[in-house]
Amino acid sequence: MHISVNVDGVTYADEVEPRLLLVHYLRERLGKTGTVVGCDTGNCGACTVHLDGHSVKSCQMFAVQANGHEVTTIEGLARDGKLHPVQQAFRSNHALQCGFCTPGMIMQAIDLLADEPDPDDETVRKGLEGNLCRCTGYQNIVRAVQDAAHRMRPGAGPKMEQHSDDHVTATQPVGGE
Amino acid sequence: MTATAEPEVGKARLRKEDARLITGQTKWTDNIQLTGMLHMAVLRSPVAHARIRHIDCSRATAMPGVALVLTGEDFAAEQGSLPCAWPITEDMKSPPAPALAVDQVNFAGEAVALVIADNAYRAADALAAIDVDYDELPVVLDMEEALKDQDLVHPDLGTNKCATWVFDSAEAGSGTDVEEAIASAEVVIERTFRQQRLIPSFMEPRSVVVDPSADMFTMWSATQIPHILRWMLSAVTGIAEHKIRVIAPDVGGGFGGKLQVTPEEVLCLLAARRMGRPVKWTESRTESMLSAHHGRDQIQKITLSARRDGTVTGLKVELLADMGAYLRLVTPGIPILGAFMFNAIYKFPAYRFECTNVFTNKTPTDAYRGAGRPEATFAIERMMDELAVELGMDPMKIREMNWIKHDEFPFTTVAGMTYDSGNYEAATARAMELFGYDDLREEQKRRRESGDPVQLGIGISTYTEMCGLAPSRVLGALRYAAGGWETASIRMLPTGKVEVITGTSPHGQGHETVWSQIVADRLGVPFEDVEVLHGDTASSHKGMDSYGSRSLTVGGTALVHAADKVLAKARKLAAHMMECDEADVEFAAGSFSVRGTSTARTLGDVVLAAHVAHDLPEGMEPGMDADATFDPDNFSFPHGTHLCATEVDTETGMVKIRSYVAVDDVGTVVNPLIVDGQVHGGLAQGIAQALYEEAIHDEMGTLTTATFADYLVPSAADLPAFMTARTATPATSNPLGVKGVGEAGTIASTPAVVNSVLDAVRHLGVRDIEMPLSPERVWTALQGGSADASTPAAGGLGSIDAQGGQS
Repeated sequence: MHISVNVDGVTYADEVEPRLLLVHYLRERLGKTGTVVGCDTGNCGACTVHLDGHSVKSCQMFAVQANGHEVTTIEGLARDGKLHPVQQAFRSNHALQCGFCTPGMIMQAIDLLADEPDPDDETVRKGLEGNLCRCTGYQNIVRAVQDAAHRMRPGAGPKMEQHSDDHVTATQPVGGE
Repeated sequence: MTATAEPEVGKARLRKEDARLITGQTKWTDNIQLTGMLHMAVLRSPVAHARIRHIDCSRATAMPGVALVLTGEDFAAEQGSLPCAWPITEDMKSPPAPALAVDQVNFAGEAVALVIADNAYRAADALAAIDVDYDELPVVLDMEEALKDQDLVHPDLGTNKCATWVFDSAEAGSGTDVEEAIASAEVVIERTFRQQRLIPSFMEPRSVVVDPSADMFTMWSATQIPHILRWMLSAVTGIAEHKIRVIAPDVGGGFGGKLQVTPEEVLCLLAARRMGRPVKWTESRTESMLSAHHGRDQIQKITLSARRDGTVTGLKVELLADMGAYLRLVTPGIPILGAFMFNAIYKFPAYRFECTNVFTNKTPTDAYRGAGRPEATFAIERMMDELAVELGMDPMKIREMNWIKHDEFPFTTVAGMTYDSGNYEAATARAMELFGYDDLREEQKRRRESGDPVQLGIGISTYTEMCGLAPSRVLGALRYAAGGWETASIRMLPTGKVEVITGTSPHGQGHETVWSQIVADRLGVPFEDVEVLHGDTASSHKGMDSYGSRSLTVGGTALVHAADKVLAKARKLAAHMMECDEADVEFAAGSFSVRGTSTARTLGDVVLAAHVAHDLPEGMEPGMDADATFDPDNFSFPHGTHLCATEVDTETGMVKIRSYVAVDDVGTVVNPLIVDGQVHGGLAQGIAQALYEEAIHDEMGTLTTATFADYLVPSAADLPAFMTARTATPATSNPLGVKGVGEAGTIASTPAVVNSVLDAVRHLGVRDIEMPLSPERVWTALQGGSADASTPAAGGLGSIDAQGGQS
């Protein structure tokens, strides 16, 4: 089938098998390997991307279902060399270890913050329930999402992807780049 | 070159690794695309035990895109047997372990055929067209049944008993006779605990790519052990070691689960050789859960003797450990790693450990975070609580009266280990203070008295562990096939920048950051000027890789020694350059100076002089590089006190962790951010064993928890916020004073949680609940308990026979 999909700001036109999963289209066809596959059942969330600004698990969708839509992956977040505030917050708060869940976790966190600009601990935990991390025990992920919320005020939304100028913030322990 | 302003060691540096990980620029094995690359898919046995009568590949071979379909028979002459590097006893039984089953399958999930096709979808399609005829055999699943040898996993071995390994303090001379201690004891407590089977559940599924071009086999693998893997691949396949290069690119977690030489690595290598083209294999999550090794799975019968005043007098440990169907890389040695830790921080005068390893028709077990030590810690920390209950004493009090005091270090234990340093009093005092122990006991009392449906429990775990695997001579004495040293190289580049090559193989631990901190401190160079190379046998030619909380204690020490060698040579050259006696040269903050003068040369000046080699002292080689290999004299022994408060809803059986305090002594801390992160993640895995996770096989031997929908890796919503703090008694066994932190949280937390739940409901007649403590199990135990509160609900032998303890 023929599909036309905008991924990270570039429009692609491709012939795909109807059964091709969106995540495999992104990874194998477009080389967008920042988005990864962690399970087969939609439980782990490692493959989370945005479809028209809202998070979806790209292993639970066919590429053809993205026809005519806009997909944003982890690779499309940074703009003009500046990290998205959620990316920055993940680094500043040591919210990743092996980093395999991180792309999906960041995409889900951005979606969560669009709905809940100032989430408390429990709201973050429930909002990330569909994304598994085996390394961090989630403690610093929760902290990072709350830190990002502060960086992003008044809130991020599908239409207002925000980008932060600050490379070093008060919550950053030391150093940075 | 500028000097660093403040010490790097101890600084909460943000990680170098993160830049690529937060932007999707990471190089996972599955990202690799090579020209002409083929894809491998593996057909797995749906049955746990069967003879393979016939495999028909004809339909699969004819399918579009399929290049080749192979069975075990096709590979029988070249696939060898997967290695087991730890024959724990001379008479250990070890079955052949083919990568692809040849005539018999021994667990559900074992590889029986493979397809090579032009893409992964077509390879998977063809699997469905392979017809296998199985003659099913009786399955052996239960360890105690298995030991009756009625049905055999491997008939050729004549028994399901793999080996029995014994340590006895009377025989070893490290203590007295435990049977005498038990016979003469005022109090004897006997319990049986079950360490359920767990699945490591690293987030990145395993993946392998092999490129056979250019007269060399280059393998990328999602592995923890590129160096050991290269050696073992050569040993298994006969391909010369120098013709194999193994690369572990970014690796998405391991937790021991990627400490393995896998069937798929061997098959991918052989398939690439046969095809003459690159071949990739990436597993699905279900494949991972079925066939990547599992962890734990022990039955622990523990006998503890004591005096009425609470002083412990003896400890006897009788284990059954499930090997699964085959012995993988270190399978039989995992329970043995626990042998030295059951006595823990306590001064037992007599100790005996006996472990019987058993074959079953299940997925092989092997290392999983803590590897033998969580099992030991669980058992002893549960027993200390049982003793406290028996004697009506406070559980912390009873620990305190039996533990090694801070002024008794170094202390040689009844298991023959010499603990170099520690301060259990300090860690405990800090934990008690942070936890609010007395207030929680007050609240517990109030809830009990008012019959609150939500009861409060407090659980303690005062653990230690042995890290820094390992002194090579000890490994040799334990019949392990390799050493435990680690290696590091430093290459000083002409511009003053530094390349560090390490034999450790990080997969989330942050070695690039921490190794940079160590080198920056030692050489007085900026943190940013250090590049750490790892995980490629072409650049890092030797190493023993990462597991067992060894990387910093052993690999970090090798790095310190390499830096010291650089400085020793640089000092000599600096003296030559400044025309002074070497004894007058001082080094500080990256600069050499002549004592008492203003004459100085930076390390960068000296490195450049060494590189151009225009004027070197007589006999000095050009360049400023150094290699060092460090073999530790002793293990390191992190310890700590963990306290857990749980609320148990007696109407639903639901357990909620109300607060969790972890005070750990991991010695010197190089990067507190990373240490905290390791503790957090470790706690999550230990808590998950206590409350959520279990690999369950049905009566046919089918794994029924083969997806993340069934195997309950906790999410953020399932875990509490942790309170972590540290005390520090530097290790004396290495120059950094570090002890290791990778496994501490996992080792400590499981008994803290279980002790806490039992503490909440013990007054209702519950004596034990089998892990994981699901709401159903807790509720069932409470029904048994409340029906007749005067009778111990769990019967005489603890959880295994617990009528109220399991559903």
